[in-house]
Amino acid sequence: MATNAKPASSKEKRGFLADVRKNRFSYLIALPALLYVLIFSYFSYPYMLIAFQKFQYNRSGIFDILFHGDWCGWDNFKFFFASQAAFRVTVNTIWLNILFIVTGTVASLLIALGLNELRCKWFVKTSQSVMLFPNYISWVVVSYILYTLFSQQYGLANKFLALLHMDPVNWYTTPGAWPWILVLMRVWKGAGMNAIIYLAAITGIDQTLYEAASIDGAGRFKLMTKITLPLITPMIVILTLLSVGKIMYGDFGMIYALVGDNGTLYSTTDIIDTYIFRALRQVGDPSQAMAMGLFQSAIGFVMVFGSNWITKRIYPEGALY
Amino acid sequence: MEGVKSRAGRKHFAVSRFVIGFFILLFSLVCLLPMVLTFMVSITDESTIMRYGYSFFPKKFSGYAYRLMFQGGSNVLQSYGISILVTVVGTLAAVVITGLCAYTLANKNVKYRNALALFIFIPMVFTAGIVPWYLICTWLHLRNNLAALIVPNLLFNPFNMYLVRNFMEGVPDSLRESATIDGANDAVIAFRIYFPLCMPALATVGLFYGLAYWNDWWNAIMLVDDQSLYPIQYFLLQLKSRISMLRDLQYLSGSGSLTPPTESLKMATAIVTVGPIVLLYPFLQKYYVKGLVIGSVKG
Repeated sequence: MATNAKPASSKEKRGFLADVRKNRFSYLIALPALLYVLIFSYFSYPYMLIAFQKFQYNRSGIFDILFHGDWCGWDNFKFFFASQAAFRVTVNTIWLNILFIVTGTVASLLIALGLNELRCKWFVKTSQSVMLFPNYISWVVVSYILYTLFSQQYGLANKFLALLHMDPVNWYTTPGAWPWILVLMRVWKGAGMNAIIYLAAITGIDQTLYEAASIDGAGRFKLMTKITLPLITPMIVILTLLSVGKIMYGDFGMIYALVGDNGTLYSTTDIIDTYIFRALRQVGDPSQAMAMGLFQSAIGFVMVFGSNWITKRIYPEGALY
Repeated sequence: MEGVKSRAGRKHFAVSRFVIGFFILLFSLVCLLPMVLTFMVSITDESTIMRYGYSFFPKKFSGYAYRLMFQGGSNVLQSYGISILVTVVGTLAAVVITGLCAYTLANKNVKYRNALALFIFIPMVFTAGIVPWYLICTWLHLRNNLAALIVPNLLFNPFNMYLVRNFMEGVPDSLRESATIDGANDAVIAFRIYFPLCMPALATVGLFYGLAYWNDWWNAIMLVDDQSLYPIQYFLLQLKSRISMLRDLQYLSGSGSLTPPTESLKMATAIVTVGPIVLLYPFLQKYYVKGLVIGSVKG
């Protein structure tokens, strides 16, 4: 079973087996990882077919799916697209991701450029350590932090509004505010880490370029805009295109931890991933969920290949494959 | 303007640096303070919260929430134990599986190592999504048991494997050759030369895995319904919507008349959930960042 799935095995089977015999030990120790990938990834592909079937819980083995499935054509897709949710969750997923990509890139770039300007070593080090902290904690803990800020009764945001003599807002029933609250928490959690990745690229720039430009009379701002930024542009483009490739995939962990099953906020926060989750775990219809997932994968696939194709055009060395 | 680099110009730099430093400081504080606020709430007296809301400088402190939590038999402690167990076992197993696979893919004697790498790479691009994953877990009986928290999703991460492999490819081939001449077999070369040399890389992925296990609640939400198996993160998530989970604790406190410390207890649970991360912070700083920077630049 295992050897069938290995891409090279079909053509040069003898060569492969001979190699396995020769490097017995190496192949043996790689086996746990390979089996893991085989079972959890390759075995999962046939299951995608249930999008075109009526799912039966008593017949959920791979062979049942392949040979005894209750085929129903595009019914699951029709059901999904007939609902209003389809449009809503797709738009939300893409819109939130666009917001995250733009704000995340700008924020982390600004921080990286700022850190690069500073010369006080201990300050740079300490602030880096502090900025990384939110990156390590889970979205569930973040949801508690969010609650300390936006809780209607006790939260800091409403205390602040009270200082300005404004009425308190019940944030957890105000869908309009949530894309921005999510952006805020996203930047809060991720910008520090991404800034450090950008900073690593910036510090990798040849210092003689700066020296030469300084001798020619360039100021710090000029150095930044004429050397630093152009030289890290490839990295910015690559990282952005990677995110664009994943634009159909929302961050389930984030949305579910922060919003949860709070239906009043669905109009702006419900994404494809949370919708699939509910179809699977709460409604309990795997076929329905799979149809949705297949739609997500299909567009996601086009986005990944499209963005990779563009990357290849602009910066060949940055392409994923 | 240009050409004459004067003292005035340098002063201008100093001012702009000061401004930049100020904004960096501001962002650092923004990163830190919400966590501090959560901690302060957790040690605030409940009636003070009711009256004044959350505050950085509470008028009255109380360790009641923590005392309740650490009373014997509380379900916070049980979930905490589950999380520790899952993290320790999962991380050890994951590092072993990852390291072993990385060795094979970095071993230049293995003719088909690139084919194996491709075999592992393909699923990173084509994912079937959560539904097939869920059905496979069900098929493997990974439901409502500890294995369901350890095996699915987290046990092997190709990114981490590529990171270790890249590190191992940096080990000079001459070491392998000379060891082979001295009569060492593959196992000796792997365990006596490669793994000891690659400890920094293994420590890095160990931290990646450890953090992923500690912070995970995905496996729990998908595969576990039994409350006695909830890891601390999932317990915390449930706690937000279901105050009933606290009922046991209030029962333990033995006093129905006293205000149940709901708010402070919630925040205290969040704080203890972050605890191990704070303890591991120096190591995280040392290895995690380096690994992430390498991973993102190279792979």
